[in-house]
Amino acid sequence: MTTQSNTPSKGELILRLHGIGKQFGAVTALEDIELDVHAGEVVALVGDNGAGKSTLVKVLAGVHQPTSGSIEYLGKPVSLDTPKKALEMGIATVFQDLALCENLDVVANLFLGHEVNPWRMDEVQMEVRAWTLLQELAARIPSVREPIASLSGGQRQTVAIARSLLLDPHIIMLDEPTAALGVAQSAEVLNLIERVRDRGHGVILISHNMEDVRAVADRIVVLRLGKNNGVFTSDTSHQDLVAAITGASENSVSRRAARKQQDAEAVQ
Amino acid sequence: MTNEANQMTPRLDRADARVRHDAGLAGAFKKFTDKVRSGDLGMLPVIVGLLLISAVFTTLNPVFLAPNNLVNLLFDAAAVGLIALGVVCVLLLGEIDLSIGSMSGLSSAIIGVLWVKSGVPLAVAILAVLANGALIGFLYGFLRNKFEMPSFVATLAGLLALLGMQLYILGPTGSINLPFTSPLVRFGQILIMPAYLSYLVAILPGVLIMIGAVKTNAKRTAANLSAESLSVAIVKAALLTIGLVFAVYYLELGRGVPWMFGGFVLLVVILNYGLTRTKWGRSMFAVGGNAEAARRSGINVFRIRMSAFVVCSVLASLGGVFAAARLASASQQAGTGDVNLNAIAAAVIGGTSLFGGRGSAWSALLGVIVIMAISNGLTLLNLSSSLRYMITGAVLAIAVIVDSLARRSRASHGRA
Repeated sequence: MTTQSNTPSKGELILRLHGIGKQFGAVTALEDIELDVHAGEVVALVGDNGAGKSTLVKVLAGVHQPTSGSIEYLGKPVSLDTPKKALEMGIATVFQDLALCENLDVVANLFLGHEVNPWRMDEVQMEVRAWTLLQELAARIPSVREPIASLSGGQRQTVAIARSLLLDPHIIMLDEPTAALGVAQSAEVLNLIERVRDRGHGVILISHNMEDVRAVADRIVVLRLGKNNGVFTSDTSHQDLVAAITGASENSVSRRAARKQQDAEAVQ
Repeated sequence: MTNEANQMTPRLDRADARVRHDAGLAGAFKKFTDKVRSGDLGMLPVIVGLLLISAVFTTLNPVFLAPNNLVNLLFDAAAVGLIALGVVCVLLLGEIDLSIGSMSGLSSAIIGVLWVKSGVPLAVAILAVLANGALIGFLYGFLRNKFEMPSFVATLAGLLALLGMQLYILGPTGSINLPFTSPLVRFGQILIMPAYLSYLVAILPGVLIMIGAVKTNAKRTAANLSAESLSVAIVKAALLTIGLVFAVYYLELGRGVPWMFGGFVLLVVILNYGLTRTKWGRSMFAVGGNAEAARRSGINVFRIRMSAFVVCSVLASLGGVFAAARLASASQQAGTGDVNLNAIAAAVIGGTSLFGGRGSAWSALLGVIVIMAISNGLTLLNLSSSLRYMITGAVLAIAVIVDSLARRSRASHGRA
């Protein structure tokens, strides 16, 4: 396990993206993205399908390399060539597809790539750490010695989140963390996000759920068609957010709302 | 373990009331039947296969079960077993190496040419063979990583290329005899472990299981985790010890346990440790299960793949050396015919999945005994190689069908 030295103090700038662009062939997935993340804040990343949220996450996780732009981490310019490098620098990610190995058990997945004692794995120590970590998350996992394949979607999600916390990272990115979770577990994840923030970590949260976003986010960054489309705070109204996401105050959501209102008036 | 203590503070892994925790012998048995039913067959196909094979061949020819025939079987098994051990590594990643036969054939040719023809010391010749194997494995890994060339195609090309190299270095004579009095050939044909050593080795696994169980239990209890009841370990150890001691006793009625087979088993144990207890082994399973997830966890997938191909080719090379020792010759026929198929079939029959992410080093040992028993029995019946090929082919097909069905059943039972 790597321990990060020089832990940034609260409010300090951890990560700065400048002019990040990413091309997939002829498709421009990201263009000129600017994003700052400070220690102890939750930045929500919202946008419609295809806005480039997941691509941005993958750039930060070292899975994709940006075609242009620069990344500054703790004041120094860095390049995130591999997932390993991002992890070692202290950027942990919970991917939308979770990226778990179904044939391995929970403990093996939690410690994958960071096993205790590489030449003579300490299974007992890993199992104890796994249980404590899962209990911190108030997770309901029947057994950590069952293969991931036997767990439900929500349980898998919890394992993926627990894994991101294992290395005590500076920044945690959560890509749709509550999508597969029940009511109680979703609340637990939101609690967790706040706990992580209070510990002085930066959190990047991606969600389609505006309630979740407004509940925990300090800043809401809107992406639209691969570009920045404004930064908002959590007290921004729902309509304004939707307008920024869809790119117009006249959009399918507002039209639907207006129609409902008309119907209601017609009934009266 | 006191019950009161348990009730006061539930063990870390026993806090969830929804899970049935099977304790003791009955629990272990229940777990086993559950596993089999859900498609986790473990050693079952091997045991059933061996019983069937011995029953059929013994009725056809009683010599089959004679101690000395079994000793011969073990002599024959070591070479193919080593090759199968390497195949396990590539199968774990969901890759394949079809050139293992040619690799072993080329290796025996190199031994013949370097050692017998050119007079290079045997140890140096063997080192050269292993280095050559490592190089070829490195090449396969490189092709797979750099050009995303499917290992199926890369190694199929290798099959032909290596065979060509084998024919080339053997030259027009085609066959080189190894001196009968040399230590290598004695190792491959005569050398037998002393009886006391065989018995000691037969007792060792049981003792190690017991020590391991006691130690793990102590450690788990200290860490506030549940400990498995010792009775399961005792029964396991006792059954294993009885079985192994009886096997050694029976083989000692003939010539005894060949050193060559002992060497093979030692390598199986080493690889088993590597696969189950080290970070490397964990990474192998992870890459075989979900390569992209492994990559995102910070595992260097390219390096793991490379290592698997290198281990496979090196073991195939060593298998070639063993085969040369067994036959006392390096010929154009070495490594051709059914060697490829036998090695792959052995790994699959032993329980290593063709689809990656499942398997163990033991599968090479168990599978090769099954395969060699079939081939030995068919030889005793004086069947022509045409029939032997057909039957071995059918056995491989059945093994793969069982693997496929078990996989489907595991998927529907929520196991990977």
